[in-house]
Amino acid sequence: MAQSAAGKSNKEQKYDRQLRLWGDHGQEALENAHVCLINATATGTEILKNLVLPGIGAFTIVDGHKVTGEDVGNNFFLSISSIGKNRAQAATELLQELNSDVSGNFVEESPDKLLDNDPEFFHRFSLVIGVQLIESTCLRLAGVLWNAGVPFLVCKTYGLVGYMRLAVKEHTVVESHPDNALEDLRLDQPFAELKNHIQSYDLDNMDKKDHSHTPWIIVVAKYLEKWYNEHNYQLPKNYKEKEAFRQLIREGILKNENGVAEDEENFEEAIKNVNTALNPTKIPSTVQDILNAEGWKNITAQTPAFWVMARAVKEFVENEGEGKLPVRGTIPDMIADSEKFINLQNVYREKAMQDASVVSKHVESLLQSVGKVCVYKSKKKCKNAAFLRVVRCRSLADECSVELVNKDEITSCMDNPDSEMVLYLMLRSVDRFFQQHSRYPGVYNYQVEEDIGKLKLCVNSLLQEYGLNVNVKDDYIHEFCRYGANAIKMITHQFVPFNNTFIYNAMSQTSATFQL
Amino acid sequence: MERSRKCRWTAKANIRRNNCLSLVVARLEVRAYVTLLLLSLCREKKRRRVEELAEKMAVDSGHGGNARDWDGRWNHVQKFLERPGPFTHPDFEPSTESLHFLLETCKILVIGAGGLGCELLKNLALTGFRQIHVIDMDTIDVSNLNRQFLFRSKDVGRPKADVAADFINRRIPGCNVVPYFKKIQDFDESFYRQFHIIVCGLDSIIARRWMNGMLMSLLIYEDGVLDPSSIIPLIDGGTEGFKGNARVILPGMTACIDCTLELYPPQINFPMCTIASMPRLPEHCIEYVRVLQWPKEKPFGEDVPLDGDNPEHIKWVFQKSQERASEFNITGVTYRLTQGVVKRIIPAVASTNAVIAAACATEVFKIASSAYVPLNNYLVFNDVDGLYTYTFEAERKENCTACSQVPQDLKFAPSATLQDILEYLTENASLQMKSPAITATIDGKNRTLYLQTVASIEERTRPNLCKTLKELGLTDGQELAVADVTTPQTMLFKLHFTS
Repeated sequence: MAQSAAGKSNKEQKYDRQLRLWGDHGQEALENAHVCLINATATGTEILKNLVLPGIGAFTIVDGHKVTGEDVGNNFFLSISSIGKNRAQAATELLQELNSDVSGNFVEESPDKLLDNDPEFFHRFSLVIGVQLIESTCLRLAGVLWNAGVPFLVCKTYGLVGYMRLAVKEHTVVESHPDNALEDLRLDQPFAELKNHIQSYDLDNMDKKDHSHTPWIIVVAKYLEKWYNEHNYQLPKNYKEKEAFRQLIREGILKNENGVAEDEENFEEAIKNVNTALNPTKIPSTVQDILNAEGWKNITAQTPAFWVMARAVKEFVENEGEGKLPVRGTIPDMIADSEKFINLQNVYREKAMQDASVVSKHVESLLQSVGKVCVYKSKKKCKNAAFLRVVRCRSLADECSVELVNKDEITSCMDNPDSEMVLYLMLRSVDRFFQQHSRYPGVYNYQVEEDIGKLKLCVNSLLQEYGLNVNVKDDYIHEFCRYGANAIKMITHQFVPFNNTFIYNAMSQTSATFQL
Repeated sequence: MERSRKCRWTAKANIRRNNCLSLVVARLEVRAYVTLLLLSLCREKKRRRVEELAEKMAVDSGHGGNARDWDGRWNHVQKFLERPGPFTHPDFEPSTESLHFLLETCKILVIGAGGLGCELLKNLALTGFRQIHVIDMDTIDVSNLNRQFLFRSKDVGRPKADVAADFINRRIPGCNVVPYFKKIQDFDESFYRQFHIIVCGLDSIIARRWMNGMLMSLLIYEDGVLDPSSIIPLIDGGTEGFKGNARVILPGMTACIDCTLELYPPQINFPMCTIASMPRLPEHCIEYVRVLQWPKEKPFGEDVPLDGDNPEHIKWVFQKSQERASEFNITGVTYRLTQGVVKRIIPAVASTNAVIAAACATEVFKIASSAYVPLNNYLVFNDVDGLYTYTFEAERKENCTACSQVPQDLKFAPSATLQDILEYLTENASLQMKSPAITATIDGKNRTLYLQTVASIEERTRPNLCKTLKELGLTDGQELAVADVTTPQTMLFKLHFTS
């Protein structure tokens, strides 16, 4: 790797913009991953492109088809010279060329053949992406991957409709990076060190400069003490009380010799933040669910790291944490002089580090109890204890089974006959059509008229089989016959676990997520 | 420079007096106007087709566009253009001519050949557009390579527009991307007028506003009624990390960039007192070095500005920032953070750009082909948590400074100073000008009251800032002409004296 000024490697420079999103550890995970794409259609290669560019470790394309003229017309990663060649090989060449850090492979075979002869072939991948798979192949593959614990992402594009389905038993997220997370300030239940720090301030006997540059967190804490004295140690709860509390703070603003309030921005900040600062500290329900998860109650030598950590956090919560998660340790920026701010920040930081090391000790003893040694860093996970997420997606088998189909979700969405759900039903019906006629509706102009009727039959048989009492407008049936088997690419891949079906309608530029 | 500041507002004074009529016109349903616009595009298609047929008959057409095509090449597009359907635009007529229009006639301008631009060029070329022009003033940097996939490490240093055009033209036979290694401000109305649709993949709000203003200046009003054939649709895309948006702007008809300025998040600028004497965050320390220490110490010589792309400069700022930080016991200054703050780096990843560019390209296709009703008119996308999109109709602002044709008023006391007006122009939320230049006709002569962008003129006119409007000889009802980077046209304001 070439070095440049300040020791930044070429790779670090190249990936700079994305490292600012997911960090070095995120990049490492990406570089250790091996993804499998089945069918190098325009959609498939587009998805791979968005994985190859940021530096995925390796990819393998599985495709038994030969490249046609139509393929070259809509796929950036196929050229005229590849017409007649195997599509997996042709696409691998032009995708590999995007990033020499990535290792590209291809298998000139249909997925059905592989499932017949060597289903364990798929066990080696971090993720399998299936594009434009026919239903039977899709369900077979889904079964194999589900049992092997390999996440499966199904993608279909049909005309101006895009469909994605994620099937994974359990996907754990350590850093969910929520957009608008509330701060973890503990003002309602200050830990000892915070209490002491707050005590060290005497707002009534400060000079003006110090008074105006005291962090708002301290201001709120001090006035909360006053409030407690007059309100039986109860937090301000409703709007009226919070308003009264804000007024209490407002009265604390220094006045000049004429009795006019001075300009104290830190007090204004305190008043503004009363609403959120006094939220009772509690464990988010998503995290509660994780801590109480049944499946991982007993730690064994095979338990994944995430769940060992979750158990350790739970033990912390039940003991040292006194019902609370480890302190996060960060505070927002606020008007204050440097010293006061840094000192306050350090109080939170040090407490967070303390809590993290307690959790680490729990991790160590848990692992020891099953004869393992701790090799990973738990500090990061502790900082984000409130942001742990688990996503569990239903299997495709369940989605398609008559007994377990999510009738409620489908019927309630179809109360609006133009809901994206109708596009889901159409895609399922189109699969049925293919099963019966070995082709997609409306491939040739002369077929369109007749196929509308045939597709309608498929729609009705689908609805009947699942006992779905919904109405699918004829317009949609007609529209799906227009597309033939073609797609104009419009969906790209995201590594965010949506749960579990995403439909994009490019006609109206709307989308929806369903749990099916 | 003179040409870009030519003021068309005076010529339109007659039309402005009929502005109640244009407001009525503006209130008519947008859909009706979309229809009119698409009809005019259809008329244009037919007109050009007739022209070309006539040309072909006159010239020996031994090899035409179709020699570059192979069997099945445009199947994916033809299904949309040659078959009727229930969701098409009400005026859509399936025909084989539409494909021809796309391939041979429709002229698209792509602004920006970066993250969005590369994706846009690929999408448009694969859809069949062949007359594509692309403007980009930048050269390729290593940090572009993680998403701007038309570039390789051997291309670092070369103009983005040139390399992008080359790649597309080679990969998509028949496509003719024409590159311009220039700024958008280097072109005038006659250039922009030639395009059917303009798509932006810019990284600057100022540039967007300029482009927006340019398309407004192309609009032709006859007796207060907008001529739809003078409308050039603007598709605008923007991304930041995992978030993005795509919008369709029909100048003069739908909400424009300036109508929705408040939608753009404010730029983070730390207060000077924090930076100068009360830093708390590592960012404050870096800003201190950038804004105060560098100009004072001039570490690389007199008149050498801080260059975020120069690793030696960044190294210097990094070291000094660390020193400042340790003075205040602040931790967290890293090389990466230093560079991020100095260059105002926005994180970026391939997938967000791909999604937004796809949405934009879909709209270009819809408008060019009239195959579907276009997006009306704003799409927001976010994939931080799951996948989220939200589509809504952004509304026009009644007194929008860019597109409403409503004359803008300035209300000041005669004792107010020119500085007060300058501050208003830059700080007002709907104007947000950057470095406005103010001229006025006083005693029959055109006078520059203040201009920042040319050092000698700035020095000469600086004393005017402290003078009152009365002292400057301005009168009640007077018109002031204001030029700024945010608009290609000079804006006229009417000065009203308050008591």
